[in-house]
Amino acid sequence: MDKFVTHTGLAIPLDRANVDTDAIIPKQFLKSILRTGFGQNLFDAWRYLDPGEPGQDPAARKPNPDFVLNHPRYAGASILVTRKNFGCGSSREHAPWALQQYGFKAIVAPSYADIFFNNCFKNGLLPIVLAEESVDHLIGEIQAAPGYRLSVDLQAQIVTTPSGASHRFDVEPSRKECLLNGWDEIGLTLRHQEAIKAYEAERRAREPWVFSSPGSAT
Amino acid sequence: MTARTLYDKLWQSHLVREEADGTALIYIDRHLLHEVTSPQAFEGLSLAGRKAWRVESIVATADHNVPTHERSRGIADPISRLQVETLDANVVKFGLPVYFNMTDRRQGIVHVIGPEQGATLPGMTVVCGDSHTSTHGAFAALALGIGTSEVEHVLATQCLVAKKAKSLRVVADGVLAPGVTAKDLVLAIIGKIGTAGGTGHAIEFAGPAVRALTMEGRMTVCNMAIEAGARSGMVGVDDKTLQYLRGKPFAPQGKEFDRAAEYWRTLVSDDGATFDREVRLDAFGIAPQVTWGTSPEMVTGVDGRVPDPAAEPDASRREFMERALDYMALKAGTPIIDIAIDKVFIGSCTNSRIEDLRAVARVVRGHKVASNVKLAMVVPGSGLVKRAAEAEGLDTIFKDAGFEWREPGCSMCLGMNDDRLSPGERCASTSNRNFEGRQGAGGRTHLVSPAMAAAAALAGRFVDIRGRA
Ligand code: SF4
Repeated sequence: MDKFVTHTGLAIPLDRANVDTDAIIPKQFLKSILRTGFGQNLFDAWRYLDPGEPGQDPAARKPNPDFVLNHPRYAGASILVTRKNFGCGSSREHAPWALQQYGFKAIVAPSYADIFFNNCFKNGLLPIVLAEESVDHLIGEIQAAPGYRLSVDLQAQIVTTPSGASHRFDVEPSRKECLLNGWDEIGLTLRHQEAIKAYEAERRAREPWVFSSPGSAT
Repeated sequence: MTARTLYDKLWQSHLVREEADGTALIYIDRHLLHEVTSPQAFEGLSLAGRKAWRVESIVATADHNVPTHERSRGIADPISRLQVETLDANVVKFGLPVYFNMTDRRQGIVHVIGPEQGATLPGMTVVCGDSHTSTHGAFAALALGIGTSEVEHVLATQCLVAKKAKSLRVVADGVLAPGVTAKDLVLAIIGKIGTAGGTGHAIEFAGPAVRALTMEGRMTVCNMAIEAGARSGMVGVDDKTLQYLRGKPFAPQGKEFDRAAEYWRTLVSDDGATFDREVRLDAFGIAPQVTWGTSPEMVTGVDGRVPDPAAEPDASRREFMERALDYMALKAGTPIIDIAIDKVFIGSCTNSRIEDLRAVARVVRGHKVASNVKLAMVVPGSGLVKRAAEAEGLDTIFKDAGFEWREPGCSMCLGMNDDRLSPGERCASTSNRNFEGRQGAGGRTHLVSPAMAAAAALAGRFVDIRGRA
């Protein structure tokens, strides 16, 4: 997994609440068996005027000039600032993949849907929770000042604005550790394989039916 | 011992270890797999040179991309086909013993076949790379939707890294009125608490109206817990739970069933157990529900009207409503019963079980689909549901009324196969999400119960089923 320690980058506002993962990456792109290639279809239905299909040449498509991602002043943005309940709906991990492959390193929002929030951490994409008023304030400032950049310091758990104002955020210690070090979570868990085996043996004695091979055909 | 909730019991009985900050490893009993969220997980496993920990825990099927007609001709779309073939290949490569492939008569939507086979049992932890895994909580299981990295993690370690959620009890008092179903109940709950109302919580559905539901009804309710923001929803064990499971192929048999059942009966919240939050609602006051917007919380009774954003005091919510009405091409104040529809979809893991199909048949028997309805389709949740329906003659009733009768799969719930809405088309759908473009780019979805979808197909617009059923 990619490490996340600090990041400074151009911020972009997505001024909508309840952005669902179907909107972040529409289902036709979920047919891919690869882990890459989703960035060009991030927010596809909002970002382009022509219908999106897998395998298109992005250069040949019609961008929607009204969608914020297409505003030239936000080209190269790497911090998405958005509203509450971001990432609701489907569990597709293709959503954080698409955000990350587009170039986002961090998201700032008042709240996230649980599965999406989890999925971000597994991919080195940092979802930051700030109070609704702070997000409101940030969105206003970003819209008012082209070139607005935010700095994120995960160790200190602080987001800093160009004027030097800082916003503290919370993050679970174990998730922070994993991100700071770019640890492979499976490797970490496998360090406890003896505990898993012991649990399994104890459980098998208690509830053997959980382990019986799924039976014969009907 | 202190009184515990059902969720406490499920959590504690699966705890392998716990860190000081509450991050825990929980053991996973059942791993359901489908073709969309598994390829990258298997690839990750291969790249790291890892094996699957316990392949017997896995039940796999292909459901999202499969065609619902002329299946013998295979999948026309090469990208969809490759995804299903990738699952076929991974099943062989990793030696998965249970796979219901596209031509197996037990194939179907992963959340329909798990319970149908008895692969979902009380007291289990159940995961799937799919948010509607919450469905399986109807059996007093801790069922969690997970992402692809977590699918890989569970494959490799049989554990999930998780933190205990808060608990929320939703109590439905009273009884549902005739014609009002589990789907209406859960839509009303979502309307009340909102799509983020359950975020960070495990929901237990309780109260007389929930107890009165059949197992299939409880699955419908738990299925949509995720639409209320909760990763898991659950219902405590009772006689109906045990009755449903007895004799199912993957369930314990004979004496072992009785032994298991003795334990399963303890899988209820103890009297006096405390929940972090509780929400109560009166089931009797619930009308058949119809969503009018692009989020499941945008819902009202069929006797209601499209709400007016101008009356909404909260600015961000007002804007969300305006955008939804614009997308849905609806005017504030329009009576729901004046909304005409183009297509009807009966299916999905929310409402494609045999009782759902019977409810549809009761409404449409001897009638015809309205002339303004371009397509009305019934897509059974599994091959076994399909056979059961055909054995009862339901397929004939549907076809006589002008419905198409299809092969099992996710179908127009999300339109990864050929079944989808065209831009601007309006659909009465028994599925679970009315997000923009969910059923096809530009498509407009209204979520309803099976009986309401059936009645809408006949009238060409929404009607109050209570006057017809
Ligand atoms: S029926 Fe719909 S919601 Fe259910 S698993 Fe399939 S796509 Fe997901």
